[in-house]
Amino acid sequence: MEYGNRQLLAKEGLQDLILAMQALEYMVIGPKIEQEAIVYEEINSLEDLPRGWTDLQTAGTYRIKRRDDDAYFGYVVGPRSLKHYLHPPRQLVATATRDGQRWEFESIENIEQKYAFLGVRACEIAAMRVQDRVFLQGDYVDPLYAKRRESALIVAVNCTMAAPTCFCTSMQTGPRCTDGYDLALTELAEAFVIEAGSDKGEKILRDLPCSPVTTADLEQARKLQQQAVEQISKTMNPVNLREDLLENLNHDRWEETARRCLSCANCTMVCPTCFCSTVEEVVDLSGDNIERRRTWDSCFDIDFSYQNGSIVRNDIRSRYRQWLTHKLATWHDQFDQSGCVGCGRCITWCPVGIDLTEEVAVIREKKCSE
Amino acid sequence: MPAESLREKTVSPWQIHPVRIVAAKAEVPGVITYRLKFVDQNVEDAYSVSPGQFNMLYMPGYGESAISVSGYDEQNRELLQTVRVAGNVTRALSRLNVGDELGLRGPFGQGWPMKAAQGGHLVLIAGGLGFAPIRSAIEAAICHRGRYEKISILAGARSPDQLLYREQYEQWKAAQVELRLTVDRATPQWNGNVGVVPLLVDRLKISNPATATVMVCGPEVMMWYTVKSAIEQNISVERIWLSMERNMNCAIGHCGHCQFGPAFICKDGPVLRYDRIASYLKIKGL
Repeated sequence: MEYGNRQLLAKEGLQDLILAMQALEYMVIGPKIEQEAIVYEEINSLEDLPRGWTDLQTAGTYRIKRRDDDAYFGYVVGPRSLKHYLHPPRQLVATATRDGQRWEFESIENIEQKYAFLGVRACEIAAMRVQDRVFLQGDYVDPLYAKRRESALIVAVNCTMAAPTCFCTSMQTGPRCTDGYDLALTELAEAFVIEAGSDKGEKILRDLPCSPVTTADLEQARKLQQQAVEQISKTMNPVNLREDLLENLNHDRWEETARRCLSCANCTMVCPTCFCSTVEEVVDLSGDNIERRRTWDSCFDIDFSYQNGSIVRNDIRSRYRQWLTHKLATWHDQFDQSGCVGCGRCITWCPVGIDLTEEVAVIREKKCSE
Repeated sequence: MPAESLREKTVSPWQIHPVRIVAAKAEVPGVITYRLKFVDQNVEDAYSVSPGQFNMLYMPGYGESAISVSGYDEQNRELLQTVRVAGNVTRALSRLNVGDELGLRGPFGQGWPMKAAQGGHLVLIAGGLGFAPIRSAIEAAICHRGRYEKISILAGARSPDQLLYREQYEQWKAAQVELRLTVDRATPQWNGNVGVVPLLVDRLKISNPATATVMVCGPEVMMWYTVKSAIEQNISVERIWLSMERNMNCAIGHCGHCQFGPAFICKDGPVLRYDRIASYLKIKGL
């Protein structure tokens, strides 16, 4: 079926969209200001959105700032992504219960909560699809991710601006949303251009108070989308990137980067594709009831590579190398694509401002002689 | 992906099954071989394991530990798992008695290429606790002895009392299996070889290297030199297989812990063909 019949939705019409999603029993997750950052949180009404706010991002800094207009989506991306909900930081995966001398084991397979995500950017859709390959398309399916992912509704927003940390054009993931959404919005000065990308989206769109778009509206939308493209200044050439890194595993640069890297794991927490986790045993006082909770883990954690009384990656050099080469190189071997979508979060949220595109450029500039 | 096909696969890989300890045999100090039997017969019926695969053994309240399968007793439907007491999980396990229950998920991973090795000389090489996964290959090969032209077991340990599965040796030899042992430190009673395992490979007579297959498990440095010796014996890198070890946490390729270059040791391994990982083996801290 062909979608993409574009219509005009007044700014207040966004409230009708939120209500429509709530009526369908979705928990609406959208942008909200919390602790001076725009993050995905539960949205109850239009009032919760960061209207008139933007974000300023560079390597190692993130600030929110008032805009001189009332745009709802006039920011780029915050530290959270859809992974925060689809592959949450804490997740009960199984329980063990003692019954006399015996144990009963149960795995958690049902989740009732379904999410509607509002304000999703093209790079975030791409990142979700990267995680789909990890959790859905291998020999083993994660039942909880599958449930959340299948029931999720995606309301995308086409970027009309970019941060200096953005490089989605290099990774070919944005800034325009081409598919993978149920509804997509482009925010104009006075209204939204809205289009459906699925049956689910089409059904919701049908009941919204829309009006026909004019060619002037479409021209404004096109210009705004082009503005985002033009604002992107960062680049990373993905061609031969895998080979360039894997052939330089002993490059001097790893040591140099390790002197700056704090191994704090921020980059892996904010990365929308990083999926590493561990399972914690949470035991009650009686010792009879145990919860097996999966929590995010990071290849920057020193215990991550612990085995048999020793640590395989026992210095920051090898941990940073693991992260970067997994993301940009071996991810191709494992999942037939890059693990990077060019969202720039790892650059912004690195406390010392390490920029992976710079690291790649330096490694490429002077290949190592083994 | 169509929703239908997705649902078919949605049997939680996190489901743990209770197993009972049928027997526990102290092999050498700190190493115990357990015989485990599923409590639920339906689970037992559905369970099928190949040599070289591993299970996640679960001690409630402590966590899981990846343990390679050392054998499967078809008749009694009992799993053999050799465990070294090393961390919290294995220490808690070592405190259990015969008749006690624990949890198990599995089997996981790619095992030994028993089929591809048919028709030639099968060389099984073990160092230390690496004997545990090699034992499953020995049992499978002896079970179909006629499929292999010759079977050699080369095993090493620090000292004679550290050699695993000593009570099996006569039985293996009786099945026309060549057994060569070596130790780092001999005792007065020891009349076998002294030295590292690769020396046994150097001295091995391989009539037709083109059809010989090498399967090896042991410490990485031991495997590295063993492979070198095997290559010097003209065995093709495509016929050399290693069982690798990394921190296996989820066992299903979802947690990222056991990565070794491009491989997830839990699902692409633990048994990997040498030439596919050779370039990564020499990188420190990978």
